[in-house]
Amino acid sequence: MTVLHSAPKFASNEGVLDALSESVSVWLDRAEEQHGEIILTAKRESIAEVLRILRDDHAYQQMMEIAGADYPDRDERFEVVYMLLSLTKNHRIMVKCSTDETTPVPSVTSLWPNAGWLEREVFDLYGVVFEGNSDLRRILTDYGFEGHPFRKDFPMTGYTELRYSEDEKRVVYEPVELPQDMRTFDFLSPWEGSDYVLPGDEKADGPPQVDKPKVTEKPADTGAGPKATEAAAEGTDAVPPDMIEVEIGDDDELKEGDE
Amino acid sequence: MSVQIEESPTTDGEVITNYTLNFGPQHPAAHGVLRMVMELDGEVIERVDPHVGLLHRGTEKLIEQKTYLQALPYFDRLDYCSPLCQEHSYVLAIEKLLNIEVPERAQYLRVLFAELTRICNHMLNIGAHVMDVGAMTPNLWVFELREDCLNFFERASGARMHSAWFRPGGVHQDVPEKLLVDIGDWLDNRFFQLFDDAMSLVMDNRIFKQRNVDIAVVSRDDAVAWGFSGPMIRAAGIPWDLRKSQPYDVYDRMEFDIPVGTNSDCYDRFMVRVQEVRESAKIIKQCLRDMPEGPIASTDGKVSPPKRGEMKQSMESLIHHFKLYTEGFHVPAGEVYVATESPKGEFGVYLVSDGTNKPYRCKIRPTAFSHLQAMDMMSKGHMLADATAILGAIDVVFGECDR
Repeated sequence: MTVLHSAPKFASNEGVLDALSESVSVWLDRAEEQHGEIILTAKRESIAEVLRILRDDHAYQQMMEIAGADYPDRDERFEVVYMLLSLTKNHRIMVKCSTDETTPVPSVTSLWPNAGWLEREVFDLYGVVFEGNSDLRRILTDYGFEGHPFRKDFPMTGYTELRYSEDEKRVVYEPVELPQDMRTFDFLSPWEGSDYVLPGDEKADGPPQVDKPKVTEKPADTGAGPKATEAAAEGTDAVPPDMIEVEIGDDDELKEGDE
Repeated sequence: MSVQIEESPTTDGEVITNYTLNFGPQHPAAHGVLRMVMELDGEVIERVDPHVGLLHRGTEKLIEQKTYLQALPYFDRLDYCSPLCQEHSYVLAIEKLLNIEVPERAQYLRVLFAELTRICNHMLNIGAHVMDVGAMTPNLWVFELREDCLNFFERASGARMHSAWFRPGGVHQDVPEKLLVDIGDWLDNRFFQLFDDAMSLVMDNRIFKQRNVDIAVVSRDDAVAWGFSGPMIRAAGIPWDLRKSQPYDVYDRMEFDIPVGTNSDCYDRFMVRVQEVRESAKIIKQCLRDMPEGPIASTDGKVSPPKRGEMKQSMESLIHHFKLYTEGFHVPAGEVYVATESPKGEFGVYLVSDGTNKPYRCKIRPTAFSHLQAMDMMSKGHMLADATAILGAIDVVFGECDR
């Protein structure tokens, strides 16, 4: 695929995938390159080992980011994605592993001191537990917050809201009360795989249940024939609306006409 | 927490214990809503525990509910001191997934305005840093320059701060010729006089140096290990600049130098920013000189909207316009991490698409997270008053840190 975009160009990916997956292949589930990014999927138990080898043997010195992501349909719903940067090779890779609500992921705070807050953030927002992180407190949400707000099943409006109460002279927490429903618009075209039911289709349970589907294979099936011709000849009392005569010329004229 | 009890020779045998101090969350030197729980031994900082998240708005969650275009203005509101640089990461991430070509003029315009944003951001930071350690006048002077930058943004996009001007595929609107002329004039005739005057007051100022030199020295190894980026890593003597090493848009055609520090203290961080402003001015001049004529947004009608005039004539354009502003464009499934050099450091966007019109996940890498995390390491053993200098030199904005 030719590169048309002007996004940051780091050193070439050529051969990197092979070299990396060779040295850590035992711990890898998958290694791929897509959209110009190298993504290694490691086994959860050995993620710290993989990252250590990448740092020490392959010169990926900096841990720029740890991102969580939630895929509720999977067996292990959470992904933890580590973004590594090599200052000497001028190259970036992503390493990820998956986990669920209860299984802890080995912490990398002993490899990179700045992983501490990054892991705290993933814990706070997704509820992924990191084994070995001695300071796994919440970081972004409020003191005393409950739940993990970035999970896909956590509603965007949340559960509690706070306001300053004039009566009690302090800030009070209350359950969220919305004067109107959240306005979510779904603009996905119904022809392109929307999974909602169109208005009027609610009663339908799957495709229509008919013994004999209606087909129009012969002209007679269409309802046309002498009977219909006769009825048409009889005509009705209805008066057609005033029609304007339009002259249809050749194609060129049509294109030019503004009316 | 263990309480140390010692008899101090200066207090006539009275016992002094370590005590805990809350710095912020409403403190002008905290540059926003930062609460730092400090353990002090007298006036010496023993331990710092920054509490962030007081400005958390769930931006990433909100983005998941919006189409790609609707999510763009959220980026202005992250680091509100350098809005366009953050839009830059986001639009580049989308373009990388879509793999679409951006016309040359749009690339030049983006680089031009990203550099103007850098100047704008550094004007704020330099001024604020100087004021944090006690000087008043330079701040007022550089704010004049910041005001000029904001006026330029307004003339390009209609908004002084939250421009929403970079779009996937290019920029929103072309700029008037006169604006480009005025930016050039401003650089030649106004900017450097005022900026040099302001800097001459602080750069060699004895008090300013006493407050900043040798404060919060971070070794090269530490800077790398703690994930530093931007002026923070350059002050440590590592010539690392994403505009140079991983060029995006037309940065690879620009000639500029990367200023680096030698001592890795607060003074170096300040001076790196001062020099960066001069380099940005160089880049802006090159953009003005080389900018070609041509379209300012991708010609792919499935991504960038049609011109207003076309919509009056062509049904096809009208349909495209309607579809783009209701359903939005679809982005191929996949995931990318795109990082650009924002004025504060590496600002990254990890974008996961599932092939629909909304991002499945959009993780924002704030620059301040790594730097602020090192606050404990950097301020240990320094005086309480140095904490403001260290914070000022980090250049932290909480809209971005807390998201």
